[in-house]
Amino acid sequence: MLNVAGLFTEYPNPQGEVVKAAQDVTFTVEEGHLFTLLGPSGCGKTTTLRSIAGLERPKAGEISVNGRVVYSSAKGVFIAPNRRGFGMVFQSYAIWPHMNVFQNTAFPLEVGDRHFSRTQIRDNVMRVLAAVQLDHLADREATMLSGGQQQRLALARALVMEPALLLLDEPLSNLDAKLREKMRFELKRLQRELKITTVYVTHDQSEALALSHQIAVMNEGRIQQIGKPRDVYERPANRFVADFVGNTNFIEGTLHAIGPGFHLTVRTEIGDIKISTDLPVSAGDRVTMSVRPEDVALSDTRPQGENVWEGRVEQKVFLGEAIDFRVTVGPRELLSRQHPALRTPVGGPIFVQLDPEKCVLLKVV
Amino acid sequence: MIGVCVVFTVYIAVIPLGFLLWQSFRTPQTADVPAIFTLENYIAAYGTADTLRLFWTSIRFAFGASVFAFTLGTVLAWMNERTNTPFKSVFYALSLIPLVIPSILFTVSWILLASPQIGIINLVLQGWLGLETAPFDIYSLGGMIWVDGLHYSPMAFLLMTAAFRAMDPSLEESATMSGANIFQVAWRVTLRLTWPAVVATILILFVRAIESFEVPALLGLPVGIEVFTSAIYQAVHRYPSRVGLASAYAVALLLITTIGVYSVSRLSSRGSKYATMTGKGFRPRQIDLGPWRWFTAAIFIVYFALIVLLPFAVLLWSSFQRFYAVPSMEALQNLTLDPYRFVFSYPNLGRTVWNSVLLSFGSATIVMLVTSVICWIVVKTKIRGRWILDNIASLPIVFPGLVLGLSIMVFYLNVDIGVYGTIWIMYIAYITRFMPYGLRYNTTSMLQIHQELEESAAMSGASWGTTFRRIILPLLKPGLLAGWIYVMIVSIRELSTSILLYSPDTQVISIVIWELWENGQYVELSALGVLFILALFVLVMVAQLIGRQYGVKEQRA
Ligand SMILES: Nc1ncnc2c1ncn2[C@@H]1O[C@H](COP(=O)(O)OP(=O)(O)OP(=O)(O)O)[C@@H](O)[C@H]1O
Ligand SMILES: [Mg+2]
Repeated sequence: MLNVAGLFTEYPNPQGEVVKAAQDVTFTVEEGHLFTLLGPSGCGKTTTLRSIAGLERPKAGEISVNGRVVYSSAKGVFIAPNRRGFGMVFQSYAIWPHMNVFQNTAFPLEVGDRHFSRTQIRDNVMRVLAAVQLDHLADREATMLSGGQQQRLALARALVMEPALLLLDEPLSNLDAKLREKMRFELKRLQRELKITTVYVTHDQSEALALSHQIAVMNEGRIQQIGKPRDVYERPANRFVADFVGNTNFIEGTLHAIGPGFHLTVRTEIGDIKISTDLPVSAGDRVTMSVRPEDVALSDTRPQGENVWEGRVEQKVFLGEAIDFRVTVGPRELLSRQHPALRTPVGGPIFVQLDPEKCVLLKVV
Repeated sequence: MIGVCVVFTVYIAVIPLGFLLWQSFRTPQTADVPAIFTLENYIAAYGTADTLRLFWTSIRFAFGASVFAFTLGTVLAWMNERTNTPFKSVFYALSLIPLVIPSILFTVSWILLASPQIGIINLVLQGWLGLETAPFDIYSLGGMIWVDGLHYSPMAFLLMTAAFRAMDPSLEESATMSGANIFQVAWRVTLRLTWPAVVATILILFVRAIESFEVPALLGLPVGIEVFTSAIYQAVHRYPSRVGLASAYAVALLLITTIGVYSVSRLSSRGSKYATMTGKGFRPRQIDLGPWRWFTAAIFIVYFALIVLLPFAVLLWSSFQRFYAVPSMEALQNLTLDPYRFVFSYPNLGRTVWNSVLLSFGSATIVMLVTSVICWIVVKTKIRGRWILDNIASLPIVFPGLVLGLSIMVFYLNVDIGVYGTIWIMYIAYITRFMPYGLRYNTTSMLQIHQELEESAAMSGASWGTTFRRIILPLLKPGLLAGWIYVMIVSIRELSTSILLYSPDTQVISIVIWELWENGQYVELSALGVLFILALFVLVMVAQLIGRQYGVKEQRA
């Protein structure tokens, strides 16, 4: 559906140097999927999205939608943004304050290449407004809307022309926490119902995990990993991804022995850890592993199996639905997330176990 | 100190207005007949169909000039802010130059360019196209609108540039994404969203155009097109002069400008309705015009030629002639420095220049100091009725220069304290006229000084005077300096107020130019004009250089 290949976008900054905002960005989004660009502030997510929209002219690369090339440096193609037929929701929503809700939504139908009769416009607008539950506010001044309503209006305006592609730039970041949760579900429902191909930009990892079919994690203009939410979370490709998507423990060590069926032993400061991986590695390599806090099992009694150490509870943080432990094992401190049922006191001894399947070996960059 | 400032403000801003009104109800005073109350001036002024025509012409002129200036300025501002036209950063700097050229010189140079008899453009076009008659006649309402609108288009350019910059660009981008083309975006989103600024800009331009004196006097009077300002001037300058009639006209003019200024202030206080809806929008996208960008660049160049290059070139040409002659090979052989010799041997030249410098520096200094105190009272203190002070000090903004000159003249003719005919009356006029500008510069910077800075000075044991001198003034310095530069430049070009107040001893440069014009000494006028423009230009450059060192930001009244 959407194909982005080898996209480079740069800006001149005021000092005349180039800011490499997007570097060799390549990905494919399937029909009806929601694809998320996730990354820290300034990593080039907006730039990538705006390049797809045509609001920014990339330096090199190719972008095509349903086989229609909208940008190609090699073929010298650049379709103007207003001819691409994509819907876009801006971070600030960009609701036009001089029009009411209806007029805002009707605008794309009035200005586009296709011509609609008044009744067609009316029907289409009311249909999308109903879909975002704003139909009862059609005559309200756009300035009088709440944050959540503005967000839905922006969405309605992007959807009304039935775009080939929907582009969303941090659409929830201007909302307060509670509303954000709610709109997250709304957005997901709407996207899944309409089956509209969507590129979604956010720096909020939980949003990305909750909404997406696929996630691309970006850093400093480059894509670090592309995968399903579960893959990205459970099998991060590198240290950056592991760190950015959720909390994690990094454990460094040297690869010691390679056993049968990808079973390896890593010699670390807390002792030998048995893990499994499908990465091509050889004995003697320096490696880093990532272990999620919820995969660091704790118990008061010595558990069965491999990778068990005895440690000591340093600190506890009660979070309500969970409790975070800081546990020292030898010279290392590990973070573990447990059910609040575990009541080992601070300073008390505790057993730590790591599941070999959950110790993710990271690519050495 | 506060008291002195308050008294000073009231004295300077209110009294002339009172006297103007009073005078408009009086008969002329002569040696043996004392003035008495009368409505005759109003009857004379408003009782005839001529007045209706006067009113109508004034409105047409001001409307035409303001709409023309606005359209031109807005298109240029849009091209400059929103498109990828080449060289536009250079253009922004160049666009400020025309504001330095005094109106009278701009008008004169356009007479030399487009008058039916000697206008170069006319002669060239006639030669090329083989026309019988001149294609352009500058001595017409259209000509007046052209010259005045062109000269003030940079003002529209600056105001609209600010409006475009204040707008969240994603509002336009989302229209683009909705499928709208450049013109649909510009018309349906950009222009509509800047609507409050659009109306305010047109109103400001309108008020300014209706106050305009030089253009109607030079272009309109010779062919009998009168507007309020030129009618006032005529009434004073006929014999016997009819000050009462002039005052009656002035009252009408004052009424129009007051309505205009009041609407602008109402509008800008309401204008924030849309401002609340902006996002972080920090990167205005530039529309890629493709090959059309060379076309827009050409527009910039033609515009710059019309507004700076041609006018200056024609003055320069004429300043090297013995008698004004249209450029030709023949005339080229007769180049001479005589006009410059004339200027430098002009009997009162030293005196005149000195007057101009003294007046502009002096009034800029006094204006900025006095308004800083007023501003402090208005912004920082809790004195009751302080807003009245603010309004009084801003009052002169509604006075057209000529009307202000008239009312001050009337006042000091009646109240003889020995300033009439001296340089002091000019000081008073300049200070009154430019006080509102000083006030605006000071208010902007005063609002940024946090209350606690003063309070901590007070807690350190500083008296009010010390706090003002050691804390507030230094913090105000950039704003003060910017305002000072501005007031100095507008005072040195001032003509319409001075023209009713000067005496042979208190001539200023712009008055000399006026007199040269009246005497038909065009080449001498051109030489003086060239020198004047160059001097002003250097002055602005130096001022900006100094200003930048003291941290003056780009700021305008
Ligand atoms: N118009 C511009 N001119 C110069 N540099 C720019 C411009 N736009 C973006 N940049 C730079 O390009 C880089 C990527 O910016 P981008 O807006 O794509 O980041 P982002 O991932 O969307 O960040 P955020 O989460 O803060 O929105 C940043 O370093 C930014 O400063
Ligand atoms: Mg962004």
